[in-house]
Amino acid sequence: MLDNLKLLFIWAPVMNVQLILDGIFIGAVFALTAYGLALVWGVMNIKNLAQGDFVIMGGYISFALFNAGFHPLLTLPLAMILMFGFGWLVYVIIIRRVIDKDMFTSLLATFGLSLLMQQVINLIFGPEVQTVDPDFKIYSAFDDFVTIPSIKILSLVLAALLALGVVLFMKKSRLGQSIRATAQDPRAARVMGINTDRVYAITFALNAAICGAAGVLVAMIWVIQPFYGIVYSIRSFAIVTASGLGNLPAVIGAGFGLGLAEQYTGIVFGAEYQVASAVVLLLLVLMWRQIKLRQKREVVR
Amino acid sequence: MTRTNEVLAYIVLAAVGILGPVFFENYIQQIAVLWIMVLMASTWDITGGQMGYNSLGNITFFGAGMYISAVVQISMGYDVAEYTAAFGAIKVDFTDTQYFTGIALGIIAGGIGAFLIAILFGIAVFGLRGPYFAIGTLGIAVAAGQFVGTIQYLGGGSGISMPVYPGGVDQRNVFFYILCFIITVISHIFLKWLYSTQFILAINAIRDDEDKAEAMGIKTGIYKVVAWSIAAFFMGLIGAVFGNMIGFIEPIEVAFPTATFGIFMVAMALLGGKGTLWGPILGAIVFHIIKETTWTLLLGWQWVALGTLIIINIVFFQQGIVGWLQEVKPEWFGLTVDSTSKKSEA
Repeated sequence: MLDNLKLLFIWAPVMNVQLILDGIFIGAVFALTAYGLALVWGVMNIKNLAQGDFVIMGGYISFALFNAGFHPLLTLPLAMILMFGFGWLVYVIIIRRVIDKDMFTSLLATFGLSLLMQQVINLIFGPEVQTVDPDFKIYSAFDDFVTIPSIKILSLVLAALLALGVVLFMKKSRLGQSIRATAQDPRAARVMGINTDRVYAITFALNAAICGAAGVLVAMIWVIQPFYGIVYSIRSFAIVTASGLGNLPAVIGAGFGLGLAEQYTGIVFGAEYQVASAVVLLLLVLMWRQIKLRQKREVVR
Repeated sequence: MTRTNEVLAYIVLAAVGILGPVFFENYIQQIAVLWIMVLMASTWDITGGQMGYNSLGNITFFGAGMYISAVVQISMGYDVAEYTAAFGAIKVDFTDTQYFTGIALGIIAGGIGAFLIAILFGIAVFGLRGPYFAIGTLGIAVAAGQFVGTIQYLGGGSGISMPVYPGGVDQRNVFFYILCFIITVISHIFLKWLYSTQFILAINAIRDDEDKAEAMGIKTGIYKVVAWSIAAFFMGLIGAVFGNMIGFIEPIEVAFPTATFGIFMVAMALLGGKGTLWGPILGAIVFHIIKETTWTLLLGWQWVALGTLIIINIVFFQQGIVGWLQEVKPEWFGLTVDSTSKKSEA
């Protein structure tokens, strides 16, 4: 561990550049999924534990389309459309029925859904680790110490564009306005003639589409495997708990922060701690909130 | 439950427990797992059903008991680090006395260790409520699996092969079956006693309204940690037995299986009806039977069937079997329904 620290700060400080870049690239994906979670959490009070499995499913859609001969970038909109439909279906079958029950119900129902999704994906594609290799150019700098595949830059740009698109949609469009109105007060929104059931369906489907897009990016810049979903769920929970609902800058900041933290623990402590670090960060965030609230004699609800 | 129904239920369960392995010798391990699941569901219900704190991380104590007992048992004769470094390649010969004292001490140490760990974690997470508690405990379980996988002393990700039982296979099966059955019976008797004390009133008060309970002078913090630690103690005991029964322990699939046993116990308690003594038991039996039949009939798709079952159970059938029976046949449970108050509620 000390050797790793020395490597980072004395022997080859240029490695930091690589780590920071990788952290930002992957953090953008985390921020995207976390934003989707914050959306459904804030609008319809659903804690979606299947969030990570939506990501993985998006990745596998991209993988399947890529193998069928589609250009990898073309799979992004296709996966988004398919995941939008899937999200709508999930809403109609499951979420609609748990939306006004207590919070644990939604948590458990989506956990069951996550179990179901990973097993189905496992049966269809097998448990091997897969990746979509788009074969793009790889840039390198600092005498090949730092390598930047152009697909990672592209994915960062795409993630930013997606986030921008969603924000504009929420702010400007009529539908986005009705989603925000429903989040503020569903009853008043209904009185005003907004079809809240449809708004919920669109919100959930939109979240699935965002996750699907994130999954396509993950498949291109990283790897996918049927059982990797739970870690993405935990990461998005960590980010949302740290940043709060409906606070987009904080979500983006926490996403990048988590990406960086994971890259650094991966180097300093060893790659096997990389996943554990996300979980530990979630626990630390929860603990910290608890301590903060205890000072005011309140609890984390 | 009325007295006669209860006696009837005990007779049926005792018959299954004692005669089952005699007549269905090939299914002895499945019946042993059935008792493990009954114990898991019942102890989950202490916090989940009776106290209203839905933990998704009780499986942590299962794995903790397993690993603690492994360390205790191996250290009876060997250096643990040396043993685990060889990945079971050392041919280990424990004498009979060494093995049986090892397993006895291991099980007890597993229970007590899990109890202490629960106190430690309980202090950390019980300020969280509702979904945050569930997510926090799930985080603990996932983190436990990941961390144990990195400790070389405990065999890391490749696990530990447990000491080999010094008798034949049939004798071994019967031995572990009896252990599982006895521990489950003890846990049931303990819970039955616990649910007749004031303790149950206090934790029910926490479930119904924690702030009011605290205002009434109930030390909610202590009650919450104690309730969780009791569940952890029994989970640790059964984890230690399960580790020896399987013969090989490994962090992700065997010791901390969040996606299988971890969620099954919640599903079982909900299927049977949470917040009752008999609900989790009934739920565990029904769930286990469904699980075992789907296992043989739907080769490959059994997990899909189980996931669907969990979703259907949670979405459409939340009150559980016992909850539903209490509504339909209240006289079976010795309940009297005040129809006027029920009408005014509706």
